[in-house]
Amino acid sequence: MSYDFDWSSIPGALPFLWDGMKVSLEITATAIVVGIVWGTLLALMRLSPVKPLSWFAAGYVNLFRSIPLVMVLLWFFLIVPRLLAGVLGLPPGSDARLASAMLGFALFESAYYAEIIRAGIQSVPQGQVAAALALGMSYGQAMRHVVLPQAFRNMVPLLLTQAIILFQDTSLVYVSALADFFGAAYKVGDRDGRLVELLLFAGAVYFVICYAASLLVRQLRKKVAT
Amino acid sequence: MAYAWHWEVFLQPAAAGGTTYLDWMLAGLETTVALSLAAWLMALLLGALTGVLRTVPSRLWAGLAAAYVELFRNVPLLVQLFCWYFVLPELLPQSWGDAYKQMNPFAQQFIAACVCLGFFTSARVCEQVRAGIDSLPPGQKNAGLALGLTLAQTYRYVMVPMALRLIVPPLTSEFLNVFKNSAVASTIGLLELAAQGRQLVDYTAQPYESFIAVTVLYMAINVVVMAAMRQVERKARVPGYIGSK
Repeated sequence: MSYDFDWSSIPGALPFLWDGMKVSLEITATAIVVGIVWGTLLALMRLSPVKPLSWFAAGYVNLFRSIPLVMVLLWFFLIVPRLLAGVLGLPPGSDARLASAMLGFALFESAYYAEIIRAGIQSVPQGQVAAALALGMSYGQAMRHVVLPQAFRNMVPLLLTQAIILFQDTSLVYVSALADFFGAAYKVGDRDGRLVELLLFAGAVYFVICYAASLLVRQLRKKVAT
Repeated sequence: MAYAWHWEVFLQPAAAGGTTYLDWMLAGLETTVALSLAAWLMALLLGALTGVLRTVPSRLWAGLAAAYVELFRNVPLLVQLFCWYFVLPELLPQSWGDAYKQMNPFAQQFIAACVCLGFFTSARVCEQVRAGIDSLPPGQKNAGLALGLTLAQTYRYVMVPMALRLIVPPLTSEFLNVFKNSAVASTIGLLELAAQGRQLVDYTAQPYESFIAVTVLYMAINVVVMAAMRQVERKARVPGYIGSK
């Protein structure tokens, strides 16, 4: 092996990398919140007896699940801002690209959350809905007070596993101009000519975070199972 | 909205190469398909091997296979790709690294992307294979051993063929993922479908047409793969199991 490692550019860059990590975590948190809320709505629509709603939800989920995340981010980074500027007549100086990329990311992840939540709702025994309706609850009340609480309890491990995947996916915002942790590491490596060290460092950081999180989820799964 | 649609832009001669923009698009599609199929083949072989190792009664081998899975599952695909493309050639023996860097850029990008996707997907295939083997009734293994087969033979002739047939449905979604994940290769400059779409935006100034075309092509890939896998699924069904006729 002929390569001379030189890790000296990392300590000085730590504050910059930490800023990037904060962006990554912010995107993750936003996407999880939007994903679970919008994903729940989509799942309810998909299971709804109203056909147009269920068609819309099915179409949405299938569309987002059949195209790559990179493509979705490019759509929302390059195309959607132009469209919005055209429709809303925004002044030419304003830049909606970052917000748009973030929104695209959240909309993409919602499709995956919707499928997990739908499976969770369907795993609640039919008798529970029947019992709630027999008690005089409306469909909405039965969902809110009986079905969803049980469904979410069963889904927690899966939702968290999806959150880990989502955190890894945030690195793909590299294709937009959002400076997340990976983007920051790449920039430092590029600037100092130490790309090898910075990429290995970034990989190690992601590994430690995701592995630790997956161990926690495994513990939780055991708890939920008993 | 005053957008001038020009779908005929695809038939106009491209800025370089003496072809049309449609040919660029098709070249991108070809690269995406070739890359994904090559990576999938690699993932199936490696995944089946490591999946078997995860279930063997040897703590060392099972532990190594588990570490393999954790490594490839807990690092983002993009970071892995950059490591294969930028880091590994520096760490290889000098002559190998130089040989790699002297290849034409397309070959360099294709090899890095293929190896990356292959290893990344193999970790997922490994977990499916393990789940398939674990789901077999223990009697299958015992019966194989009782008949005088060695452990290796029991795996080779009894357990692995059964497990592979049982896991065809979950493998379908992994197969679809390979095609979607291959778009990440555009970040190292490989001119696959997503990258061609982006390039067309710059060259033709008709962003909507090119992005819609790329999106539709990805959806078409999905439909074709699902239809093909449905055939495989029908052929692979094990009589007597759920889902078989």
